[in-house]
Amino acid sequence: MTSTQASPDTLSALDRPNSYIGKSVPRPNLDRLLQGRGLYVSDIELPRIAHVVFVRSPHAHAKIKGIDASAAKRMPGVIGVVSGEELATVITPWVGVLSHLKGLKSAPQSAIAIDRVCWQGEAVAAVVASSRAQAEDAAELVSVEYEELDAVTDMRSALDPAISVIHASLGDNLAFERNHEAGAVDQAFAESDEVVEAEFVFGRHTGVTLEPRAVVADWNAAEARLTIYQGTQAPHMVQNIAALHLGLKESQVRVVCKDVGGSFGIKVHIYADEMATYALSKLLRRPVKFVADRVESFNTDIHARDHRCKGKIGVKRDGIITAFEIDDLTGIGPYSMYPRTSAIEANQVVNLVGGPYVTKNYRARARVVFQNKNVMCQYRAVGHPIACSVTEGLVDLAAMKIGVDPVEIRRRNLIADDAYPCASPSGLRFEQLSHHAALTKLVAMMEYDALRAEQASLRAKNIHRGIGIASFIEVTNPSAAFYGVGGAKISSQDGVAVRLDAQGSVICQTSITEQGQGSESLTAQIVGSVLGVSMDRVRVILGDTDNTPYGGGTWASRGAGIGGEAALQATKVLRKNILDVAAAILQSIPGELDIVNNAVVNVADGAPRVELSELARIVYFRPDTLPPGIQPELMATRHFVPREYPFAFTNGVQASWLEVDTDTGFVKLLKHWVVEDCGTIINPQLVDEQIRGGVVQGLGAALFEKCVYDERGQLTNANMADYLVPMAGEMPDIDVGHVISPTMESELGAKGAGEAGTAGAAAAVTNAVNDALRPFGTIVTEIPLTPQVILTALGRI
Amino acid sequence: MTATIEISLSVNGERVEANVLPRLNLADFLREHLKLTGTHVGCEHGVCGACTVRVNGDIVRSCLMLAVQAHDATIETIEGLSDSGEITDLQAAFRERNALQCGFCTPGMLMTAQDLLKQSPSPDREQIRDHLSGNYCRCTGYQAIVDAVETTARARTGQSP
Repeated sequence: MTSTQASPDTLSALDRPNSYIGKSVPRPNLDRLLQGRGLYVSDIELPRIAHVVFVRSPHAHAKIKGIDASAAKRMPGVIGVVSGEELATVITPWVGVLSHLKGLKSAPQSAIAIDRVCWQGEAVAAVVASSRAQAEDAAELVSVEYEELDAVTDMRSALDPAISVIHASLGDNLAFERNHEAGAVDQAFAESDEVVEAEFVFGRHTGVTLEPRAVVADWNAAEARLTIYQGTQAPHMVQNIAALHLGLKESQVRVVCKDVGGSFGIKVHIYADEMATYALSKLLRRPVKFVADRVESFNTDIHARDHRCKGKIGVKRDGIITAFEIDDLTGIGPYSMYPRTSAIEANQVVNLVGGPYVTKNYRARARVVFQNKNVMCQYRAVGHPIACSVTEGLVDLAAMKIGVDPVEIRRRNLIADDAYPCASPSGLRFEQLSHHAALTKLVAMMEYDALRAEQASLRAKNIHRGIGIASFIEVTNPSAAFYGVGGAKISSQDGVAVRLDAQGSVICQTSITEQGQGSESLTAQIVGSVLGVSMDRVRVILGDTDNTPYGGGTWASRGAGIGGEAALQATKVLRKNILDVAAAILQSIPGELDIVNNAVVNVADGAPRVELSELARIVYFRPDTLPPGIQPELMATRHFVPREYPFAFTNGVQASWLEVDTDTGFVKLLKHWVVEDCGTIINPQLVDEQIRGGVVQGLGAALFEKCVYDERGQLTNANMADYLVPMAGEMPDIDVGHVISPTMESELGAKGAGEAGTAGAAAAVTNAVNDALRPFGTIVTEIPLTPQVILTALGRI
Repeated sequence: MTATIEISLSVNGERVEANVLPRLNLADFLREHLKLTGTHVGCEHGVCGACTVRVNGDIVRSCLMLAVQAHDATIETIEGLSDSGEITDLQAAFRERNALQCGFCTPGMLMTAQDLLKQSPSPDREQIRDHLSGNYCRCTGYQAIVDAVETTARARTGQSP
């Protein structure tokens, strides 16, 4: 691990004697999880709790002719069997569109299907019983009569006039289209020495959180209040949406988020079955619990990345890239997801292609079509793996064509580190990136030249190893530009309240959430550092709309950059308030006092003056001894949102070293390197582990993961035995290095790091496979890179 | 309705008597009847390893075993291993190395890692990866877990870390 300390002169409030910033301290409160004593939603039980199981459609597209629940209702323990029509009396349907995605359309979606099902796995009835087993028994007896309809499954033909339209009211199966043109593309291609084209194909895959989605909804009829226990990344968003569709005020809905068994964007959405669970609790006036089983997870957790993208690059003989052009097509299932919509990934692809490079000539088209498969939406690194694989694949193809080394072509085309601020051809504004510094560091870490020599010598022994490089940019710290401007009630700001309690301990409430990334730790590190107290005195409260400030939560690599800055600013105010009181008690002036190691001390000589516990005792229990006119405020709240830049872009570069068995088509990953720049690093170990975890999700996409649908829209591998995920045995060690360019938008200077790993991993692997296959004169541009794909490319099958 | 069957077993050193349906699996019995919720259910078909517990000294996927099969057996769960102190050092190594993020795989991962260290006190990284290859972790990418297990093995065998 190579990590560099942030430069102290940019971090005045944090550069303190006992600063935790830049230190790899362990996360607080891990013992709960290490001892199996966490509280995940699936662990929660309440008095009179009932369990819901959904009867789901076996067809991709069908009319519901009738539902006979009479036998199911007679089963032991059954409390109710509820159809979509019955549930519609308590919950309204929704349409997943946002106004800033111009032209995006979708159809009304109900919590439980009414009259028609549009994908295999859509719920058609809810069975509620005293136990899950009883509900499952009864669900088997719910008889649903279907009339099968034509299923639209292949995205390539979804727009053909001969293909049926899924939602007649929409006119066609086109959900969204975006065209973008910058510079002089045709002229640039005409003046290029070489133009290379390829079609890149990305397998539809999914998040496979180890804890499936789960909800406990508890409607208290006497309080007229709904408490939702859910492993969500965005509690206030859930509060807003649940209230809106149940006809409640937001104040009537509390969302509590305890431990979350993996999220990765899967749990940042609101699913129809979750809406149904909220509604069932209200309808049945009792707590209702829904825990998806693994088959349901595969059939209903959002999928992502089902893209086919044609790409074109122009290059001069001297290695200068002249233009990029893409035509991207993606199928999102029958509905745009709610409330974030399913146009964001394609939109991101348009935004991000060519992003690391100097050329301003860029043409892009992206089309998003409906199909009768499970819904697609935002999953970790939304759009980035596609944009990065297309861009970096094209760059390598161009390099190959003109005979330039992959590192060298990047050196000649990456935006110079001193060229900022500047903008990408798609109009994205970059504050400060460090592509060249990152590439230089990567080349040194991986000993690039030695590796090339090793590759050449092994080639002579018929061992085919490859090196793949992929530069990338990552969207982090999103402002209101992401969702708010389009009308979504998804906050882009976050708030932190911090207070000194009576024994001198600190309670900090934050609106960002924890799913294991380390939100609790980074908040405690910042509060402890700014205030001058030890981390073990800081207790962080998150994930409860009744007990935290209002805010966005943890997604889009925003927790540290936005929530962290709010924590910093709130704690600065608390520190000032404490020093004001201390000065009054000590007959000093605030400027002569500091807080170090849980005590107020003299700035001049560091001599301790009063312990924080003693100060708190005086404030809370003997305010009568304070000078007249002093009203201490030992609690402070601050909020933060970036205003200058819509997104704080980060950058980095990845490299993969692997071996292809040209007889079997198997790929063995040998080593992976990442250098990234997320600005100020609060906890190097946590950042590195975000990178590593993200890389491995990208490696899964590169080599294994694919939701395999047949031509009738049936998902054929909806279980963990057939859908392959990365396991310990196949994964390489990953070296992580950093370049640090803090954002000037905040005092903290932190940008996000959660998605960088996923953004570039598949591109690096694909480029490495093509590098290994070079002697065979073949190219692969499809992931996952299964043995079948590789052997087909080699002409062996 | 099928009749319940009486079972008697030891769970984390405590005697447990229960009447269970024959179809109840051991994971659900531990979680729902005994409220030992540290045993997690991830896939319910024996692939992910989150429900790993010890039965008569061997690690077992509790979602693939019926509660009635545990009659007369000695069961140890993550709660038991934590309270006995058997894996305190391994847990500390996980904490120091941040070898867990969401923590959902962690009980099963610790069970499996301890099983390896009992069988093979000085495993190399490949052996560690191999032994853990039936436990799915979506968060960490595994490297930190391998590091933590390796550190624990070295400390237990008196090697420098």
